[in-house]
Amino acid sequence: MDQGVDGNRPALSRTARLALVGLPLAFLVIFFAWPFVSIVATGLWRDGRFGFSALGQALDEGDLLGVVWFTTWQAVASTVATLLVALPGAYVFARYEFPGKRLLRAAATIPFVLPTVVVGTAFLALFGPGGILGIRLDGSIWAILVAHVFFNYAVVLRTVGGMWSHLDPRLEEAARSLGAGRWRAFRYVTLPLLRPALAAAASIVFLFTFTSFGIVLILGGSRLATLEVEIYRQTALLFDLPVAAVLAVVQLIGVTAILLAYSRYQERRAVEQPLRAAEDIAHRPATAGQRALVGGVLMSMVLLLGTPLAVLIERSLRSSSGYGLAMYRALGDDDGIRAIEPLEAVGNSLGFAAVATLIALVIGLSASVVISYRRSRASRWFDALLMLPLGTSAVTIGFGFIVALDAPVDLRAWPLLIPIAHSLVAIPFVVRSVVPVMRSIRSRLREAAAVLGAPPGRVWREIDLPIVSRAAAVGAGFAAAVSLGEFGATAFVARPDTPTLPLAIFRYLGRPGELNFGRAMALSVVLMVITAIVISLIERFRTPGIGSF
Amino acid sequence: MLAVLGATVRFDDLEAVSGVDLSVADGETLALLGPSGSGKTTLLRAIAGLQRLDSGRVLWNGTDLDDVPTHSRRFGVVFQDFALFPHLDVGRNVEFGLRMAGMEASERRDRVATALARVELAGFERRRIDTLSGGQAQRVALARALAPEPRMLLLDEPLGSLDRPLRERLVVEIHELLDRLSITALYVTHDQSEAFAVADRVAVIRRGRIEQRGLPEDVWRRPATEFVAEFLGFPTIITATVGGGLADLGVLGTVPLPGVPDGLVRVVVRPDALILDDAGHVEGVVRVRTFRGDHVVLAVDVGGTRIDVRGDAVPGASVRLRVDPAGIVPLEPS
Amino acid sequence: MRRLIATLTVFVVVGAGCGGDDEPGTVTLLTHDSFDVGQEILAQFTAETGWRVEVLAGGDAGQVLNQAILAAGNPVADVLFGVDNTFLSRALDADLFVEYRSGRIDSVAPELDLDPHVTPIDFGDVCINIDRSAFDAPPATLAELTDPAYAGALVVENPATSSPGLAFLLATIAVFGEDGDTTWRDYWEGLVANDVAVTSGWEDAYYGVFSGGSGAGDRPLVVSYASSPPAEVVFAAEPTDTAPTAVLADGCFRQIEFAGVLRGTDDREGAEALIDFMLGRSFQEDIPLRMFVFPANTDAALPKVFVDHTVVPDDPVLMDPEVIETNRERWIREWTAIVLR
Repeated sequence: MDQGVDGNRPALSRTARLALVGLPLAFLVIFFAWPFVSIVATGLWRDGRFGFSALGQALDEGDLLGVVWFTTWQAVASTVATLLVALPGAYVFARYEFPGKRLLRAAATIPFVLPTVVVGTAFLALFGPGGILGIRLDGSIWAILVAHVFFNYAVVLRTVGGMWSHLDPRLEEAARSLGAGRWRAFRYVTLPLLRPALAAAASIVFLFTFTSFGIVLILGGSRLATLEVEIYRQTALLFDLPVAAVLAVVQLIGVTAILLAYSRYQERRAVEQPLRAAEDIAHRPATAGQRALVGGVLMSMVLLLGTPLAVLIERSLRSSSGYGLAMYRALGDDDGIRAIEPLEAVGNSLGFAAVATLIALVIGLSASVVISYRRSRASRWFDALLMLPLGTSAVTIGFGFIVALDAPVDLRAWPLLIPIAHSLVAIPFVVRSVVPVMRSIRSRLREAAAVLGAPPGRVWREIDLPIVSRAAAVGAGFAAAVSLGEFGATAFVARPDTPTLPLAIFRYLGRPGELNFGRAMALSVVLMVITAIVISLIERFRTPGIGSF
Repeated sequence: MLAVLGATVRFDDLEAVSGVDLSVADGETLALLGPSGSGKTTLLRAIAGLQRLDSGRVLWNGTDLDDVPTHSRRFGVVFQDFALFPHLDVGRNVEFGLRMAGMEASERRDRVATALARVELAGFERRRIDTLSGGQAQRVALARALAPEPRMLLLDEPLGSLDRPLRERLVVEIHELLDRLSITALYVTHDQSEAFAVADRVAVIRRGRIEQRGLPEDVWRRPATEFVAEFLGFPTIITATVGGGLADLGVLGTVPLPGVPDGLVRVVVRPDALILDDAGHVEGVVRVRTFRGDHVVLAVDVGGTRIDVRGDAVPGASVRLRVDPAGIVPLEPS
Repeated sequence: MRRLIATLTVFVVVGAGCGGDDEPGTVTLLTHDSFDVGQEILAQFTAETGWRVEVLAGGDAGQVLNQAILAAGNPVADVLFGVDNTFLSRALDADLFVEYRSGRIDSVAPELDLDPHVTPIDFGDVCINIDRSAFDAPPATLAELTDPAYAGALVVENPATSSPGLAFLLATIAVFGEDGDTTWRDYWEGLVANDVAVTSGWEDAYYGVFSGGSGAGDRPLVVSYASSPPAEVVFAAEPTDTAPTAVLADGCFRQIEFAGVLRGTDDREGAEALIDFMLGRSFQEDIPLRMFVFPANTDAALPKVFVDHTVVPDDPVLMDPEVIETNRERWIREWTAIVLR
């Protein structure tokens, strides 16, 4: 009876809706679709017509099918492994209160945003020659899997854990009272309720691992290559644009298929459910069993996520003369030789991150309003479209910028291209965090505000915005973190010589010498700390009381 | 004064509200009583401006409200699930409408305190919404709706989600409050005891149409249609054969029923129409005895028909009944 | 918030304005991320010529070249620096540069000067580096590396993903040839039999697998640069006089980095002035300790660490860029088949 035409959503004028659709759409068309189409067309255009002979050539060269196969199965394996490993963590974070929880959650996000060069180095130190663990895994799929789990743990922890922490435990209790054992209560009640979050997390992890680049390049030991690596090889090194264009299209098709399947699934599965305040649900572990569970899970999490980071820290403290802060001091040295200013790099990185986050928030929030406004095929496609940049290779977009953005205004060397490239990847995080919360705001609240005298815009500001802002803060945290650690995409964009932290790290690493390596490690630790601070700040400054629904 | 004229709301092929006319006088409380799905909530939402009318008009003191958006109507609404803002504390919930009206902060503070005191929640300003009990949440919702001094209050099943004892206590409080403030109110409920307790007048709605309206006593005494009788919980509705001012009630014998045209007529036998009386003409056997606290209900088998009677006897006992003609009410076909 | 938006708007507008190379008096240099020059050197250029330099960075050398090719004729910059001899033909085929002969070209060794469209600025030799602590008698020729004595000792970079990797492959092709008793293919098969390790990039090879100097791995031989030993001295944690690594001076491939005036520039005069300046002594003498390569100008003095800790190979491999361009893909494919499959 309550599915009133106007009741279920905030009233929006036609102009407002057009603006809300138009802004993200224009952004995507200009900075994603157009560059992508341009570069693919450049690759396929031969002698005045489109030639798909490149397809035959790509197949010929070997191993297109092999690459597609490897790309897919390692992504499946990585996704399953990440879910299995991270779910206990998500559970413990959702249901238990323990000291250092916020810090740990922020820390868990760090791997996600570290430049792959740095992580690759850390993993080589673990699994490579002379590795601490004494096992050689470099060049094997195992190293790639472990690294992927390491990278994507936070996605599951946040997406699934976030939903889990609001899930009413009484539902599971009801199942228990109906005779379901612990496992069956989980299997038949909790798991189905978590399915939207699981699907969201799995699709994001799958996307990341399907398009994995740096990790595969470094740990794959030249023998294992994903589509993304192959596109990079063909474009940046062999300059074989026709083959690269074919590969880019193949990858885009794969990514689109994943996204559409996922969004269709989301649509069918979306259940409105009563959410409880996370504070009411989480409690301190009470029994010895619970303490053992929490302790065990946290321990293994610290081990998995902490070991590579610890190796990084260890290396930043190590020099031939023993352990100490020499490398950190060396960051400040003006030896008159290297022109890298670490402080300047920190400033540049923070500046880019701020702008990228702002862009991602503006675009992502308008898109979220549109997507959550009405459940329709169009909004589903829009949602999927926004996620496409996540699954498109950086080199394709980077070179696309060069081909596409020269007219009517020459934007190719525009300083904002870097935060824009960052925000392309960050927008989906904002949308993913915000849309479910927007959808969960009951229409009654908006109506209640309206009858109390709030005009439509005010309703949005007083009700939607504050409730959504926590989710937006989480999205913004991701956006900032993604931007801070981003290296791949921006490396392909011509830009004023303003080194960011990852770039400065990369520059140090690109030179022989203990001091350079040590500084690179020290700067990586600095990046790590800055990221952790940014993320915990955003979590802390979220609108108070918003956790209470 | 609120007037609704020919209000119609369609959802796809379903007509949820069909040409309803309704008025609520100043200071009056009208209860809109009906089962779930009868269109009562839709009508309330249409009055509040939350639901567009497909045809018909809503008037306030003769002014058409069609162009007046929800937020300018100055109607307070208490929602069934209260719809308290989870991100605001109690005080800021109550203050919301005052803030929207642009009231000064200091005045708002006083008004919030008054509003909370009125619902016996003085000092609850800083409490978080999710720490409130059901009854407290209901009172906050009421205080929030009343704080901006709306010209009319719309209550949509305001006690629907509470348990019975609390409901019975709160309905009295609400009644008293509405009386004291002498505010114009529309009270939507599916519970007749709630409606009768709180309302000056009652309108019974079914499938989008008003079936009967009147004073609570009148509606209860003389339900107009079979639906109303059933909905009010009268268990015994039978077909009588009327001829020359007399109604043949079958096993219950014949009673005078003046003013009803000859033929077959459905009648309701109100519980107070059947009296245990050894001198009565109707014989029966008690099958079930049900203790209802302040009274006892007997299910009596009268010549194969089961009839509920008030009064006490042990199961299996033979009893005699007298029929009071005043308790036999003819029904319009509905 | 409002203020932030206003600030950003200004940023956007200003940014859009200075994105191109329209600003008078500014010459834009497109180069790779490893490019480095002292601010005082650029200031000197401005003082001498009145032109200001804006540096645009765009990824590694290959990425920058490809960017430039994609934008051929409508460049984002005036000068491109960083195309090397392994990719020079591609740049020339794409008609990327206009011809320019600097007045200072005579002070450059003639074997570096390959084409009138580009000006050699620096060169570096890709050589095998040796962990001195690992050998009493280190290898002295490339051929020795297939000797079982050096089993498991060498790490190289994949020529498909790494510039020094490609240079080393080209060196072996030049040394062993395509035909004959021992072709380069035979040589690589020998290396594979001797358990050669392959990484994607130089960083992984040098820091991760190599055991010498700042390397943390366990292989004492790595494909790196002739300038790596002096870098180990300059960037040692504790001041030192001896380099922990040395160069195997046989089979070194000489990479020459060129600068050129991009076709379509609207500041040709400034572009040419910048190229002249880059060949001048102050820029040339700034090169070694910033980019760890050798200046092209023979008049430029080398820093002491370079003189002390490295050798400039007498007879480095120099290969015709056109030959490289014609065969590169085939060689990489053949190499992949031999080494990786």
